[in-house]
Amino acid sequence: MGLLSKKDAKLITDPLTDNNPITIQVLGICSALAITAELKASIVMSVSVLFVLGLGNVVISLMRNIIPSKIRIIVQLIVVATLVIIVDLVLKAFAYELSKTLSVFVGLIITNCIIMGRFEAFALGNGPWKSFLDGVGNSLGYAVILIIVGFFRELLGSGTLLGIKVLGDPIEKTGLYAFGYENNGFMLLSPMALIVVGLIIWVQRSRNQALIEEN
Amino acid sequence: MSKKTDSNSYTMIFAVGMVLVVGSLLAFLASSLKPNIDENKRIEKQQNILYAMGVNENDDSNAIFVSTTVAEEEFQKYITRQLVIEGDNISEDEKAYMIDVKKEKSKAKNGEVRRLPLFVGEKDGKTFYVAPIRGKGLWDAIWGYVAMDENMIVQGAYFDHKGETPGLGANIKYRFFMDDFKGEHLLDAAGDFKGIRVAKGNNDPKNDEKTDYEVDAIAGATITGDGVSAMIKSDLKLYVDYFKTLKQ
Repeated sequence: MGLLSKKDAKLITDPLTDNNPITIQVLGICSALAITAELKASIVMSVSVLFVLGLGNVVISLMRNIIPSKIRIIVQLIVVATLVIIVDLVLKAFAYELSKTLSVFVGLIITNCIIMGRFEAFALGNGPWKSFLDGVGNSLGYAVILIIVGFFRELLGSGTLLGIKVLGDPIEKTGLYAFGYENNGFMLLSPMALIVVGLIIWVQRSRNQALIEEN
Repeated sequence: MSKKTDSNSYTMIFAVGMVLVVGSLLAFLASSLKPNIDENKRIEKQQNILYAMGVNENDDSNAIFVSTTVAEEEFQKYITRQLVIEGDNISEDEKAYMIDVKKEKSKAKNGEVRRLPLFVGEKDGKTFYVAPIRGKGLWDAIWGYVAMDENMIVQGAYFDHKGETPGLGANIKYRFFMDDFKGEHLLDAAGDFKGIRVAKGNNDPKNDEKTDYEVDAIAGATITGDGVSAMIKSDLKLYVDYFKTLKQ
């Protein structure tokens, strides 16, 4: 990347692999469980978090020298809630269809631990540009996991991807279903998201032994 | 962290200032955007009612409303009468579609007479009676519009929700679920109200059986599905007396 220095580029690439917010920092698990039953919802949530975390990190970073340390968590919460509500109101007024798709996610974004976690751990101590990169990197890391989980849950649970029947029709018994294949309804329930995330953590740590914590 | 920002007085002033700034910003935005938002909601109600009676732009598998620009015009064209039923008293009101079902429900709870809106539409020589319904899902409110013929046989349905889980309960607004209601009977042979249950068990996956008072449930959305059954049962039942008068 010619555009970014090596250090800056690491801010983006690290959260994608060895410092992933979900699998390593274990942040944002709640939303990863809640909305990954279909791929489309995973993508929408990822884009929303990318937007809010990128912008929020910059705002917090700009305010970092004037925020009183005693009430910094509350200030962070207000900043993220305000951002989300402004976006929600503007969408409701000018892009009503889109806002209806996103309305479910509004509450999930405000309470997403990744956002508070990055404000607290990074934006409070770094400049706006670095904070922006960190926000983008972490939300991409979040997006990767959400999309992997969403992919497997929708494929195995409903036999569809983005709503398209890729495995055939379960009722007409075409495609794979003609051979007696059945959708696994269990994949649609939240516990299976946890198990899929667990499998990703397993794969990741067995490929990079340095990530395994000492007891 | 510099010392200045640690003092109590600074913290207090900062907190008060922040609340004032954020509060007035949000209040200003909310009130200046309100007319737009209300207009969008009004158009959406018209689109929903039209959708239920089959005036929509559906393609092979997706539910698509008539576009917002023509909704008003189509609504005037297809909806011939808007009735308000208050006990035995039936009147016409061209703003009946703006009646807040939630408010009317709490009115009924307080013992007052509830205003029941009913929209009569004409399409291809057929008459549709569209009624709004409202109930509770897993997380928040769910609602919808059901179009019926004069025998209370469902001709079309539209469901929506405030915050059901994407991929599970939120699927009630997808066609594979809503379309199953078409042709289902609400009354039994004797004319008594039975309702339609969102039933597990997959006894009739293709939904060929139209007089079983059941449609196939969505996996992982039991509570939302039960909410749909409950709101159909409680809200459409209120219209039975009106439909009886049609027969006389």
